[in-house]
Amino acid sequence: MGEIDMSITDALRRDVDRALQQNEVFNIVFDLAGVSFVDSSGLGVILGRYKKVTAAGGRVFLTGAAPQVRKVLELSGLLTLMEEHPSVEHVISKIS
Amino acid sequence: MNKAVLEFSSRAENVAFARVTVATFVSQVDFTLPDLEEIKVAVSEAVSNAIIHGYENNPDQVVRLEISIADEYMELVVIDRGIGIEDIEKALEPAFSTDPERMGLGFSFMQSFMDKFNVQSEPGQGTRVKMSRRAGATRRAAVPEQ
Repeated sequence: MGEIDMSITDALRRDVDRALQQNEVFNIVFDLAGVSFVDSSGLGVILGRYKKVTAAGGRVFLTGAAPQVRKVLELSGLLTLMEEHPSVEHVISKIS
Repeated sequence: MNKAVLEFSSRAENVAFARVTVATFVSQVDFTLPDLEEIKVAVSEAVSNAIIHGYENNPDQVVRLEISIADEYMELVVIDRGIGIEDIEKALEPAFSTDPERMGLGFSFMQSFMDKFNVQSEPGQGTRVKMSRRAGATRRAAVPEQ
């Protein structure tokens, strides 16, 4: 995925929302392992999906954040809202 | 002092151009890689603010970026001639946003990742964000200068 800023947030929001609708998703995992940069525009997309998923009783997980991405997540307060795990597999083993 | 001035269209795809250009320019100063990552976030926030809020996503306006470096110090100014900010104090509040899809953390990130930070704005005239950082400094979040 690379870098998440305002140039891709509309497409990202649209794609995630479509996946949520089509697959009747309950929980969602944002695997950030391939993300080298994120700013508050990208965090807004994650927060918006968090509000949707948790309103329906689901949970949101974050995995694989690189140190520079994690610093921004931490500063934003998102890590206090969402569970952080080292990998997608780890999340699946925990919730299944 | 070494200076660079850039002017570019207020298009979303230029946010990455701006942060990479600034990071490349200021890498002449002895910043660490984590420092450069933080500077990139601050640039991204300032330029995104200019495009989203200053120009209300009009891609045909111009964002001006002034970068200067001297010794172990960098200074960055981001200028738009957009709608300006009615209430700067309110805009600087963490998590203040008029849009539920936005976190309202742009200015907070700029303050957190820079040593000094200053916003000047006039409604209808535009906004000027000036921030600076010294390499190797023990930093606390910048307090907005009056």
